[in-house]
Amino acid sequence: MPADQTPSLYAAREPVFPRRVTGPFRTLKWWIMVVTLGIYYITPWIRWDRGPELPDQAVLVDLASRRFFFFWIEIWPHEFYFVAGLLIMAGLGLFLFTSALGRVWCGYACPQTVWTDLFILVERWIEGDRNARVRLWNAKWSGRKVRLRLTKWVVWLLIAVATGGAWVFYFTDAPQLVRDLVTFSAHPVAYITIAILTATTFVFGGFAREQICIYACPWPRIQAAMMDEDTITVAYREWRGEPRGKHRKSAEAAELGDCIDCNACVAVCPMGIDIRDGQQMECITCALCIDACDDVMARIGKPRGLIDYMALTDEVAERAGTKPRQIWKHIFRPRTILYTSLWSAVGLAMLVALFIRTEIDATVAPVRNPTFVTLSDGSIRNAYDVRLLNKHGEERTFRVSLTGDPALRVQLEGLPYETVKVPANETKLQRVYVVAPRGSVPAGADRSEFRFWVEDLISGERVYKDTVFNGDAP
Amino acid sequence: MTTEHDKKEPDTTGHVWDGIREYDNPMPRWWLWTFYITIIWGIGYTIARPAWPLIEGATPGISGYSTRAEVAKDIEAVNEANAGATQELASIELALLSGNSELQQYAVNAGAAIFRANCSQCHGSGAAGVQASGYPNLLDDDWLWGGAIDDIAYTITHGIRNEQSPDSRWSQMPAFGEILSEEEIAAAVNYVRSISDQEHDAALAAQGAEIYLEQCSACHGEAGMGDPTIGAPNLVDAIWLYGGSEEHLTETITYSRFGVMPAWGEEYRPGGGGLDQAEINAVAAYVHQLGGGE
Repeated sequence: MPADQTPSLYAAREPVFPRRVTGPFRTLKWWIMVVTLGIYYITPWIRWDRGPELPDQAVLVDLASRRFFFFWIEIWPHEFYFVAGLLIMAGLGLFLFTSALGRVWCGYACPQTVWTDLFILVERWIEGDRNARVRLWNAKWSGRKVRLRLTKWVVWLLIAVATGGAWVFYFTDAPQLVRDLVTFSAHPVAYITIAILTATTFVFGGFAREQICIYACPWPRIQAAMMDEDTITVAYREWRGEPRGKHRKSAEAAELGDCIDCNACVAVCPMGIDIRDGQQMECITCALCIDACDDVMARIGKPRGLIDYMALTDEVAERAGTKPRQIWKHIFRPRTILYTSLWSAVGLAMLVALFIRTEIDATVAPVRNPTFVTLSDGSIRNAYDVRLLNKHGEERTFRVSLTGDPALRVQLEGLPYETVKVPANETKLQRVYVVAPRGSVPAGADRSEFRFWVEDLISGERVYKDTVFNGDAP
Repeated sequence: MTTEHDKKEPDTTGHVWDGIREYDNPMPRWWLWTFYITIIWGIGYTIARPAWPLIEGATPGISGYSTRAEVAKDIEAVNEANAGATQELASIELALLSGNSELQQYAVNAGAAIFRANCSQCHGSGAAGVQASGYPNLLDDDWLWGGAIDDIAYTITHGIRNEQSPDSRWSQMPAFGEILSEEEIAAAVNYVRSISDQEHDAALAAQGAEIYLEQCSACHGEAGMGDPTIGAPNLVDAIWLYGGSEEHLTETITYSRFGVMPAWGEEYRPGGGGLDQAEINAVAAYVHQLGGGE
């Protein structure tokens, strides 16, 4: 390129044709794919009996009635901190795994990786392995190429539709939604959601692939801050492999390193990089190059591990000829221990909160417009908007009472007694009056603190809320 | 020994600062195209939709979309959805409303909104009235003209002491400053304070008892319990529309009071601003459940 000419700042994508590879890491990735995709597709179909008033779907995000069901746990909107806590745990978990094992999330569990893996598997079934795909890519359009491409795209599309379809099942009763979907009577939002997720799955898994990781995903940028010299990552033992070269029966051969420059590591890489260039931004540490290289090393009779999981400090040690630290010493260090303790602390706090939370609850909002009302007999009345929460799957009767100044009396608006029925799995807003007779202490005091008690008459469970009575102070 | 691999120089943009060269890491071209498409989309959007702010309002956009029209459509949809309940509410016998909890809930919610728009100017947004200014508190259990839901609905429809409705609530207390002497008024004030259990001069009160029997008991009753059919206030309870102090009572007896409330029935407001039957019933239901309904 002439120096006075500005180079293009944009380039066409160079297609990547990952070759098939076998080995322990590939097997592990297959298993993770089966488990994660299985969880994703099957979960909405698991049933969980909660009684006649509540949905029987084990995992359900019920946006319409603002409930989140997870097996035996039911989250109300005001308990959203459980979800926030889970997100914090997910974040800390990513920190932990990244600082200990590098981009292990990217390489094994990220949906982008898993679905791309699945799409490449389909591609290989239909169009053949790397060499066949490269030939097909370069070939002119022909009947065969059209047929293969169409077959591949249709299978991708089916997977994409299933992916988008599974997503909407988390938000409403799955069997009912399937019936509605096939009879074209489901809500437009369901179809739109499926269409959008189908499109993203199809494009991201089929065409964008590694570009999502390189250009779109923010996580790789953050991960750099999580990694240090003890982080286990995929690296090439350059001091052992170089100088690389085809092994020949020549005198020179003795000077060559273990790398026979077969390019197996490059051919299998789904990101299209050469790990022998050292650590680089694109590497998602999927370890497929390790499998590929170990296979070659076994065949030429060299020890495995020319490309291997190792930490940066190992390189220094190995070059100096000393023994590298053991893996567990890399993993257990103050940083990972800190992340683990934070993660556990949040988890424990949430567990405790989950176990001590009550099935009934109440909130009390004193009516302050006006602060009090004088009744015709001279008594002073305060009003309170009490919101009663019944998390049971059946209607319950709550009794409202108070402890405080003995002169204070409770009345429920529109109800003859101090009990009120609250429908299953709902909140009920009940106006509650507290009356202080004329001449009593709270009637003439500016503030009298007291405690509302709400009791579930069936289970005997009680909750209380502290609030204040305002009298007609002179 | 260097391999061919090591010799490969990465491309640079050609920019050099103090000998530092900038590597060229080109973006994929489709990203550039996506960027251009968003620009085209943005231009199209500002043409189709309301977009550019002007001094007053904004460019309307050729698609004719407006958020106000959306709101109007939403309001219409809500009214349509509630048409059945509104019709039922307009024709129901109010005393039976408490037996229909769903309709009652609807009426109370609708009534609360109507109350805030039309009634809160005098009665306050919390319906507590204005103490000592003659705007009654609707939260307590004392009613000048009756606190049953039908009475409340009648008062709302016809109002009090107005020229709009021939059937408005009507009564008039005389200004006793023209009838009684100042001493006699002071005696009557002390008597009223005695029957309402407030501080008073016993001698004056005894003197006032006679004046009360003569001048006041016709409307307020011999025991001072008042009469809701003519809007005569109860004088023995703890609630005073214009205040129960000596000063306020003297003023009330000397000059009398003349509190008015407009008629809200739409038939009495040819100029508009009235409420239809369903709205009146809704407000009545709302006021009735504020804590003092009979």
